[in-house]
Amino acid sequence: MASQPQSLVRPRPKWLKPFGSEANWGDAIFRALTLLFGLCVVAILGGIALQMLKAYRLSLQAFGWGFITSNAWNPIQDQFGALPFIFGTVVSSLLALSLAVPISLGIAVFLTELCPAWLKNPVAFLIELLAAVPSVVYGLWGIFALAPWMREVVEPALASTLGFLPLFQGPSQGFGMLTGAVILAIMITPTISSVCREVLNAVPGTLREGSYALGATRWETLRTVILPFARSGLVGASILGLGRALGETMAITMVIGNRPEISSSLFAPSYTMASVIANEFTEATGDLYLSALAEIGFLLFIVTLLLNIIARALVWRVARLPEGGRL
Amino acid sequence: MSLSGERHALRKFTDRAFSASCVLATIIALVPLFGILYYVAARGIQGINLDFFTQLPKPVGETGGGMANAIVGTLKLVGLASVMGIPPGVLAGIYLAEFGQTRTGSVVRFSADVLSGIPSITVGIFVYSLVVLASKTFSAFAGALALAVIMLPTVTRTTEELLRLVPESLREAALGLGVPKWRATLRVMLRTAAPGIAVGIMLAVARVAGETAPLLFTAFSNRFWSDSWNEPTASLPVQIYTYAVSPFEDWHRQAWAAALVLVSLVLILNISARILVRNRVKKQ
Amino acid sequence: MSLSLEPPDAPVLAVSRGAAEGKSSPSASEGRSPSTSEIALNTKANTKMRAENLSAYFGKSQVLKGIALPILEKKVTAIIGPSGCGKSTFIRCLNRMHEVVPNAHVSGEVTLDGLNVYGRDIDPVRLRRRVGMVFQKPNPFPTMSIRDNVLAGLRLNGIRVNDAESRVERALHQVALWDEVKDGLDRAGTSLSGGQQQRLCIARSLAMEPEVILMDEPCSALDPIATARVEELIHELRADYTIVIVTHNMQQAARVANYTAFFYLGEVVEFGKTDAIFTHPKQRRTEDYITGRFG
Repeated sequence: MASQPQSLVRPRPKWLKPFGSEANWGDAIFRALTLLFGLCVVAILGGIALQMLKAYRLSLQAFGWGFITSNAWNPIQDQFGALPFIFGTVVSSLLALSLAVPISLGIAVFLTELCPAWLKNPVAFLIELLAAVPSVVYGLWGIFALAPWMREVVEPALASTLGFLPLFQGPSQGFGMLTGAVILAIMITPTISSVCREVLNAVPGTLREGSYALGATRWETLRTVILPFARSGLVGASILGLGRALGETMAITMVIGNRPEISSSLFAPSYTMASVIANEFTEATGDLYLSALAEIGFLLFIVTLLLNIIARALVWRVARLPEGGRL
Repeated sequence: MSLSGERHALRKFTDRAFSASCVLATIIALVPLFGILYYVAARGIQGINLDFFTQLPKPVGETGGGMANAIVGTLKLVGLASVMGIPPGVLAGIYLAEFGQTRTGSVVRFSADVLSGIPSITVGIFVYSLVVLASKTFSAFAGALALAVIMLPTVTRTTEELLRLVPESLREAALGLGVPKWRATLRVMLRTAAPGIAVGIMLAVARVAGETAPLLFTAFSNRFWSDSWNEPTASLPVQIYTYAVSPFEDWHRQAWAAALVLVSLVLILNISARILVRNRVKKQ
Repeated sequence: MSLSLEPPDAPVLAVSRGAAEGKSSPSASEGRSPSTSEIALNTKANTKMRAENLSAYFGKSQVLKGIALPILEKKVTAIIGPSGCGKSTFIRCLNRMHEVVPNAHVSGEVTLDGLNVYGRDIDPVRLRRRVGMVFQKPNPFPTMSIRDNVLAGLRLNGIRVNDAESRVERALHQVALWDEVKDGLDRAGTSLSGGQQQRLCIARSLAMEPEVILMDEPCSALDPIATARVEELIHELRADYTIVIVTHNMQQAARVANYTAFFYLGEVVEFGKTDAIFTHPKQRRTEDYITGRFG
């Protein structure tokens, strides 16, 4: 037995009162400290939002609402219109999405339904590696490998077969909307496919088994049972990919040509919101120029913010991820 | 369901076709990966020499030189970013795991999720207006801060998730021994979750090491050594970008070499993380 | 308050005769547990701990209703009863582990050596160092070696002792684990078998030199051989420690305990010397449970 048992009495210091239920100072300080850093996260988000809002208000004063619809981007003549960038961003991202979603879904289905167990981990790992490659390295490869290939092989092929569409007409230099979309598609595929995988895995096994027990093939089960169940989650995955595509900067800057023009041809160069900021922010002379870029930054921020929120809500509904998970 | 020949054959064919297209999709996605890795290795190795690691960049137009300052710069930036981003992230993650069931907790969690989806260039703009404008200079500190902001939400969520996975029975065992709550959390729960959290942190560091956009207007670039944290600092990703879009052949060669170094770093971190995870799973 | 002159194996609990004979009295008809002031104890043992009008709640739902029970020093007290009757909740109230669960709270008193542990300035952390606990599922710390597990209570509290090694040896001897592990003290605590892990957890509690040891169904996750060894251990420990054991296995209670309390739906139905409870239960519910009519 212990020599003299320690007294149980330990008066609670008065200053502990406001800390609620914590019984001792160690617990109170611990809680306060962790709360502090938790609030840091909130503060940073708030700070970014405020900054963006401030910049937006300034530029709104300068340009008014016509900024978004104006096509003219001529810094030298103090003409600023965001439309070319909005066009470039939206088109490249949507095009990338249309390429990436079928592929990502195929990968997700392969990994969850078709892949033999021993192959699953290696393949999943390789797909993750696609996400690990830095954006600037994608861009480097894009300049020296992808763009030449697009210019010499893909775009001429498209022009000769589908050239009656204005989409595939015009000179092809390799650096343009299509190349940008392709590189974006490659980059967002791992994101979309990993979320799709989680969503598909969240579908109850009993649904699958019930369908197979009725004699359905894999494809039929997928089409009639699994996909409808997982639909909102898959949409969420795509929206998440869209958000990533919109925010992507380096790789697309390096292959999209960086010309603020709106063209009907996919071969023509274009310019995205993130790219113009990256290229011209440090060169911007004059407050008006900076304001224009800041407003573009704000638009980018708002759109990606909204898409993120919507995407997570959709995915959470199906996969019940702890709001967000590691996406 | 029909068992008759024709209908059955069609269904079987459809099923096979669909499976084949899924396999095809996976292959299509993996082709660029191998393409990139091959290019980086093949072209990069040509530019790797002692000069690359030891010399400073030459003036525009001259051939030769290296990226010693960029390599050191990346190490500095990632190092400081880790110091600034990891401890707050872990502590915020602990908050979410321990006290996060409240309304404040939901707000924090939501903020972390949203923050992780913000384009990195937006973070760059934010730090620019906060730090660079105030200090009137590009600096390694600003660059590291931007990277830390990018790391923070990932570290937070990883810590929270892994702490949640530790069985409550361990906490009870500690409390039953007369250990105060905070010590039980730190020395039992966190310690048990530590290996997994370390893996998550490695991946976050790997991601941040390759970021370019946020550095463009915070750390900017430097042709020379940066002596203090308050000067523009060169970094591998920014150098790769600058050299890649330039018209100079020699710079292109160096860009590939730098890409090789960067990709190797990122790959090592990712593969080690994977191995560590697999070992832990095996032990259990 | 009658000093009963019944033969020694009569139930120690001598509540107002009226209740036992079925006469209407407040306790029998309302099903209220007798307060400890109504319990006459014809034994020389001291009361180490005592529950007085103890009620426990999870949020709005009440799990324990006015429990009154003495825990006698250096004796083994078993708590038996069907699932959900509040046994585990009760012993978790003894070392203030119940309140760790969010929204859980307690009313009433629990005293240790006469001092109410739910008093205003009482530190639950200190309480738990004097009242140790062993859980249903063995839970050695996976990141620690066997040696570190035994010393965990001290290490985690930052208490430095200069006889650490001998403490480890002593504790492991007490649980009859020393010979089995003495050559591998650096192995992970989780590398042992289930029974060994549970004994390690008991050693871990013993190293804190508690006065009371609470055991919440310590053998339900163990095989029969390991169970027998733990029961042997309880026999040896009771010379030095006050033990309270919750068990759903009546035979186990009969084997190891000096006193037994039968709980039902959050109340103490009957309390007394073990053999008396099992041979002449005074309450019909007790008799029904013991003979297997329910639970």
